[in-house]
Amino acid sequence: MIRYTASRLISLILSLIVASVVIFAVIEVIPGDPAAYMLGMNAAPETVAALRRDLGLEAGVLARYFAWVGGMLTGDFGMSYTYRVPVADLVAARLWVSLPLTLYALGLAVALALPVGVLAAARRGSVTDAGIMGAAQLGVAVPNFWFAMLLVLVFAINLRWFSAGGFPGWDQGFWPNVKALTLPAVALALPQAAILARVMRSALIETLDQDYIRTARAKGLSHGQAVMRHALRNALIPVLTIVGLQFSFLLAGAIIIENVFFLPGLGRLIFQGITQRDLIVVESVVMLLVFAVILVTFLVDLAYAAVDPRLRRR
Amino acid sequence: MSLLSVEDLGLTIHGTPILDGVSFDLPVGQVLGLVGESGSGKSMTSLALMGLLPRGAQVSGQAHMDGRDLLALDERSLCGIRGKEIGMIFQEPMTALNPVRTIGDQVAETLVIHGAASRAGARAMARDRLDRVGLSDFPMDRFPHELSGGQRQRVCIAMAVALRPRLLIADEPTTALDVTTQAQILDLLKGLVEEEDMALLLITHDLAVVAGVADHVAVMQAGRIVEDGPTEQLFRTRRHDYTRQLFAASSHQPRRDTRPSAQPLLQVEGAVRSYTLPRRHLFGPAPQLHAVRDVSFTLHEGESLGLVGESGCGKSTLTRAILGLEPLQAGRITLNGQRVEAGRMPPALRAQVQVVFQDPYGSFNPRHRVERLVAEPFHLAPAPNRRDRVAQALVDVGLKPADMDKYIHEFSGGQRQRIAIARALIIRPKLIVLDEAVSALDVRVRAQILDLLADLQGRMGLSYLFISHDLSVVRAVTDRVMVMKAGEIVENGATGAIFDNPRHEYTRQLIAATPRIPPNWREREENEGTLV
Amino acid sequence: MKIPLTLLAGALLAGLAVLAALVSFIWTPHDAAGMNIAARLLPPGGDHLLGTDHFGRDVLSMLMVGARTSIAVAIVAVGMGVALGVPLGLVAAAGRGGFADEIIMRGNDLIFAFPALVIAILITAVFGPSAVNAILAIGIFNTPVFARVTRGAALSLWTLDYIRAAEVAGKGRARISLEHILPNIANILIVQGTIQFSLGILAEAGLSYVGLGAQPPTPSWGRMLAEAQTMISLAPHLALIPGMAIVMTVLGLNLVGDGLRDLLDPRMRRAR
Repeated sequence: MIRYTASRLISLILSLIVASVVIFAVIEVIPGDPAAYMLGMNAAPETVAALRRDLGLEAGVLARYFAWVGGMLTGDFGMSYTYRVPVADLVAARLWVSLPLTLYALGLAVALALPVGVLAAARRGSVTDAGIMGAAQLGVAVPNFWFAMLLVLVFAINLRWFSAGGFPGWDQGFWPNVKALTLPAVALALPQAAILARVMRSALIETLDQDYIRTARAKGLSHGQAVMRHALRNALIPVLTIVGLQFSFLLAGAIIIENVFFLPGLGRLIFQGITQRDLIVVESVVMLLVFAVILVTFLVDLAYAAVDPRLRRR
Repeated sequence: MSLLSVEDLGLTIHGTPILDGVSFDLPVGQVLGLVGESGSGKSMTSLALMGLLPRGAQVSGQAHMDGRDLLALDERSLCGIRGKEIGMIFQEPMTALNPVRTIGDQVAETLVIHGAASRAGARAMARDRLDRVGLSDFPMDRFPHELSGGQRQRVCIAMAVALRPRLLIADEPTTALDVTTQAQILDLLKGLVEEEDMALLLITHDLAVVAGVADHVAVMQAGRIVEDGPTEQLFRTRRHDYTRQLFAASSHQPRRDTRPSAQPLLQVEGAVRSYTLPRRHLFGPAPQLHAVRDVSFTLHEGESLGLVGESGCGKSTLTRAILGLEPLQAGRITLNGQRVEAGRMPPALRAQVQVVFQDPYGSFNPRHRVERLVAEPFHLAPAPNRRDRVAQALVDVGLKPADMDKYIHEFSGGQRQRIAIARALIIRPKLIVLDEAVSALDVRVRAQILDLLADLQGRMGLSYLFISHDLSVVRAVTDRVMVMKAGEIVENGATGAIFDNPRHEYTRQLIAATPRIPPNWREREENEGTLV
Repeated sequence: MKIPLTLLAGALLAGLAVLAALVSFIWTPHDAAGMNIAARLLPPGGDHLLGTDHFGRDVLSMLMVGARTSIAVAIVAVGMGVALGVPLGLVAAAGRGGFADEIIMRGNDLIFAFPALVIAILITAVFGPSAVNAILAIGIFNTPVFARVTRGAALSLWTLDYIRAAEVAGKGRARISLEHILPNIANILIVQGTIQFSLGILAEAGLSYVGLGAQPPTPSWGRMLAEAQTMISLAPHLALIPGMAIVMTVLGLNLVGDGLRDLLDPRMRRAR
């Protein structure tokens, strides 16, 4: 187990290093002179030179890379050019919207998809199965941001159960914020739940065809007992993979959905960063997103080992 | 008194008839061997008794056990019987256990599910059962992947007999195991039957296994029982034609007309091949697996040389090295005086050795026609009149030239092995490596393929390297034999001499473990007709 | 061979979008870019079958031209994924366990850490928004998907004896990959291609919606939705119609994928 964890940890660190190099190269090396790019074509040479000094662009590429990485490791993400505040402060505030939204949606998707997928697999070929799979087929095809617009139309504009957007902020208490995140989370979760339910169903059906299920039945377990005691845990292995991948889809989806609901999350920050050519903000937020995805991959790998003993002793 | 009495059992699956009028009696505490070739319906018979048939199955008839008709019971009552009154073990021990639960858990589950014991009590009883099947050295918290195939089959047996059922059904329980492991498992089953006064329904394709274990035998063919009776009597009289065919084929001796010369064809000198395994400790040295260690031998022109050994002994690695697919770390292999080396063999050298594999289903690209399949080795030695040569090769192996326009799925397993031989023959190699080439075939088909191989050898002066785990086949078709164990050749000599008078301890074990039909049961054999 | 019903239904739905895109090259009911302030925000019916938007543009015409963008972006992105991913997957499988395999698979894992949206953000931040960037982002995202699927399917084939027989016949890894592996995994790749195609349509819509994809005046479904959002209570049809077009197309492609899987994969056929 220690060996396995260590090897996953090494892989995590290597991924982070390579990812940071890629991001740094795209943002700071490919444009040539980031300062000139950020200020646009009409900027005076003196302004550009001043910004170059501000950003520390006088130093060599390697030195700048290490300064950037070193800064991030100590919580210093640099200064936003447009907001004139530390990027770390900007990001911290926005993260408390995007991250809860993503996790809320992930929780909803898993809570909905797993039971439904199990039900469909256990009743394979029945009307229930056909109904669930038909709904899932439709759910997979729905773009989450469009679904979000429909939710706004029905639940905010017509029924007035929720507000159409906005975020009160965590200092206003827990429940108002949960309410504000509910429609966005549902919009994000449903298409992913449809995918997850399909995966759960097919993984379980595949597991039910395995020899050890027949062994379990020969021991006297009923079909239901065989599913619960033997098939489920084995079927979770492919499901975990998809849950891990879905985190990154949900995170990306959250960035888009924030636009529909006017949520002050990372999405809004990064799109403002793009329009205002604030490369420092873009660079930091992208690195943060990629870090989150790599971290989740690592956690999923650990979860594998918890589920599957064959991995532990490798 | 019979424990189980099956009457007129019939089965269709989605309307296709599988079983028809199957009747037999299984007396208390006795062993009934159900023998037949693949597809004869013997496994389906056992699944029908357990009520574990696939979807779309329709059964008819009766199966009485303790005054109840198993075939008429509802699912709920069957759950109470399975595992408690009838235990069952299956063919594939590698996949029969849940990989994510410990062996102790899985054995204890049989007890818990039937309410026979509390959790703690069940664990104690599971420990006891594991000890009984010979796994006393194994802690209960081991996972299946930490056990060998034979050990896993022992766990399956412990699970099946945990509640001391009165009937145990074993469906090809030793087919996937090595011969020495097979002997141990069969001994274990025999012991359990005697100790627990349990009846055993043993399903197998292997007549020799039945001969050693069963009190009664029923022979199945195409969904019917064609003959049954006490084992010795049935083996001696062989009333039914099909029984006679099976019997003759299982001990078939092809007529061989070989003239091995003194000219060496393949020479292996001090061959070594080892693999680096993953490290056990983060900073420790990486362990090495010595698959082949210092192997030397010579194969002469026109000779049939056997190579026997159990799984993991290194014979596959050695075979790959001889085919020039695997580099050696030390030693050398020469074919006709030229060096065989993976990655740098001239086509003309490669063309002198071809191969026939075990699996008749995985040996051909399903998207190509037979013509292209058989012609593949022409890559080494281009020829102008390919179609003619393919047609000739097909005729040589007993097929028709017109078969070359078909796809491989249109052929049976035995026909596919013929096509594999045609592919090996097409560029007239000197040496053909037969890598378990008849192991996956039913006995009657196997006998035909062995005849074909013997005939081709006589006509074309081929040399064979015959690799097999099946000692009786090797004995029937080779001039000399080598016994391999743990990467080394432990014994090497004339086939008859080695089998009659084995010198190495391991060879003796192998021969002793090989199931055999007692020689005096086969007296009528001489005047029996030929094969199908 | 029996054609599955799902395949027919799916082909019908997806075919409608493709047909609309093709027809739009020679005919649309109105000029897709033609503004007419007098006829703005008309509800569906009458001269404008699906109504008009806030500039008085004909929604049906915009939808037809928008189908071009969606389909073109998705197809080119799938093509890019196949062109890069399949050879990488074949090479990785041919050298299984070796150095090339390790490098390719690590590279794959790395790209998986960048969701398509993040790639699009990176590219757009430096080069500005455009449909080409959307293609690049989705195409880069598709590459490891195809590499992984190819490698997985190829690995199971490499263990088969007919590959051994080809090796004994002196054929090299490249030749075996092309002659024996690729034709036998084509089924799986076709099914995966259909799935990625539908994902590409979704991704393109998402990117255009947030302004990282096709730019005005090129019509696109995602941008139509973005523009409709502010007027959703005023003219809900502007939001409903393009969304339904996306759902129908994606649903159609997914049904085609499922149908092809049933048709081409004997293992799945048996499982039903």
